[in-house]
Amino acid sequence: MSAPSLAGGTQPTFSAPPWRERAEEALIPPLVALLVALICGDLLILSYGQSPAAVYRLLLEGTWGNAYGFGQVLYKATTLTFTGLAVSFGLRAGLFNIGAESQLAAGGFAAALAGLALPAGTPLIFALLLCMIAAGLAGGVVGAVPAYLKTRFGAHEVIVTIMLNFIVLALLNWFIAGHLHVPETLHTPEIHAGVLPRLADIDPRFHGSAANLALIVAVLVAVAVWFYLFRARGGYDLRAVGLQPEAAQYGGISVGRVWMRALTLSGVIAGIGGINYVLGYKHYYEDGFASGAGFMGIAVALVGRNHPFGVLIAAFFFATLSQGGLAIHAFVPKQMMDVLQGVVILAVAMAVPEVRRILRGARGRKDA
Amino acid sequence: MNPISFLTQMIRIAIPYLFAASGGVVAERAGIVSLTLEGFMLSGAFAAVLGTNYSGSPWVGVLCGMLGGLIFSLIHAVATIRYRADQVVVGVAINLLAIGVTRFFLKLFFASSSNSPRVAGFGGNIKAAGFDNPLLWLGIIVAPLVAFMIYKTPFGLRVRAAGEHPDAAESVGVSVTRVRYVAVAISGILAALGGVYLALDQHQFTDQMTAGRGFIAISAVIFGRWDPIRAAAACLLFAAAETLQIQLQGSHAIPSQFIEMIPYALTIIALAGVVGRAVPPAALGKVED
Repeated sequence: MSAPSLAGGTQPTFSAPPWRERAEEALIPPLVALLVALICGDLLILSYGQSPAAVYRLLLEGTWGNAYGFGQVLYKATTLTFTGLAVSFGLRAGLFNIGAESQLAAGGFAAALAGLALPAGTPLIFALLLCMIAAGLAGGVVGAVPAYLKTRFGAHEVIVTIMLNFIVLALLNWFIAGHLHVPETLHTPEIHAGVLPRLADIDPRFHGSAANLALIVAVLVAVAVWFYLFRARGGYDLRAVGLQPEAAQYGGISVGRVWMRALTLSGVIAGIGGINYVLGYKHYYEDGFASGAGFMGIAVALVGRNHPFGVLIAAFFFATLSQGGLAIHAFVPKQMMDVLQGVVILAVAMAVPEVRRILRGARGRKDA
Repeated sequence: MNPISFLTQMIRIAIPYLFAASGGVVAERAGIVSLTLEGFMLSGAFAAVLGTNYSGSPWVGVLCGMLGGLIFSLIHAVATIRYRADQVVVGVAINLLAIGVTRFFLKLFFASSSNSPRVAGFGGNIKAAGFDNPLLWLGIIVAPLVAFMIYKTPFGLRVRAAGEHPDAAESVGVSVTRVRYVAVAISGILAALGGVYLALDQHQFTDQMTAGRGFIAISAVIFGRWDPIRAAAACLLFAAAETLQIQLQGSHAIPSQFIEMIPYALTIIALAGVVGRAVPPAALGKVED
């Protein structure tokens, strides 16, 4: 691990396990979870009197098997990538951001406001940047509140972010219902500028699917997060705090400042995710559009093992589950996928510490 | 505003909170994070409707509801105690799982994606305004019962020891693991009763009918500083705010969204320590290897 030196000038050396063992520790839990989910899926399908093989085939055909389904998977994966990155970014610093839900909503709201404020005909790249800045700022503000309360008063970020979800969503509901909606709806008027092209505009086979260029932004943000975490000084500090806050403090890192930065940036990332729906899909902010995406971000971060590229894969997986539910709905209710999502999260959460203990136990015996 | 109707409405709104918050206090005092109350309530509500629907008796429904909460709480306990999984992650998973399972079975048993058919309930005497429902009376006394259990019984002492000084408890021969299993099971059953009350009061199950009530209960636990009586007082306070919102509807004095925020804002204020710091049990959420 090429580590930049700490502020104090000391260079701590991690005795990291070799890459193969690290890969085992990272990959086995999600694979175990997948297996458990498949078995649970079998049981649910059988309880409905259908054939698991046929239903799974249908699921694959409806998601990866045709351009429309695949486009829908990509669209759903885009939002989940943002919230998954946001949650994993916080977790790398040892902080649990459960507020991605409201940060995403606030970001989408701000993006819509920016898109409404800009005159029609604003060049796309300029409008996109302004909308992203607005979205990031809004998400960042929501993220900064628990960060400040944590560093200043020691208030636990899990509870504060949960409570803040309700507060921010109620506030947005008040803005929309009371002030900004198009009559008879709960959404804003359509934005004038910043509309992102859809994949279907580039390749007509994606016709009808909501996948849009926010996908590229999501991948770029994942790369940026990877660079920050693993190649930049700030990311090194952040991970050091996440592993051992006391040791990091002793090594000269200001833990409070890192916490502030981590949760705020986490909010920024989730906030930018609002562009996928607002700029790319509906072109307006609608009350409740973020519903569930923030909590799924926790699942994505967990299954993606808090690595930006793992998050991309996990987002794609959960998006496939969600879209797959629609594909099989004629035979087994799509609600089956809600069950499987919970099963996957639970199985990974249980497998992570268990696999670590087993692998370390085995290693310990080898050393002895 | 009629004070009697205000009070009765407030109590009826408070009952699910009182059950769930009392359950939350037990689990959290034993050191296990209770972000799962929402899921326990939802599973209890569904199982109660299922049991009542097929037996015709709300009492069978109550038992089924308790069983539903017990099953989910045991999943929670096994994941966090046996497998030492992250308690916050498991909490999120249990809530999602409860939403998913109730939705799937709603479809399987009642062929609907939104609600169950109408089922029997308790009471029904209009003049009694809901006070002929035995669950309502249980809800009123549940917090004092939990307070007695936690402060006056040997088991309560063990619960508090498991949450504050698990090592010390182990060293004098208390099985922290067993205490925590029982505490989580109690929290599941109590929170489920909150859902049972809700479902039988409305005579049906609707998708996600708990609608965040489990999180209000967590707010009450924290705002009540992990004390059952103070948590119950917080439940009544939050229910009073909600009743006010309902009774003021149409007057536009305060937008309803701002009254909705009250429990959450008060919780954040309590955590930030503006008026007397809310300090959680020392071993809450900690996993010892």
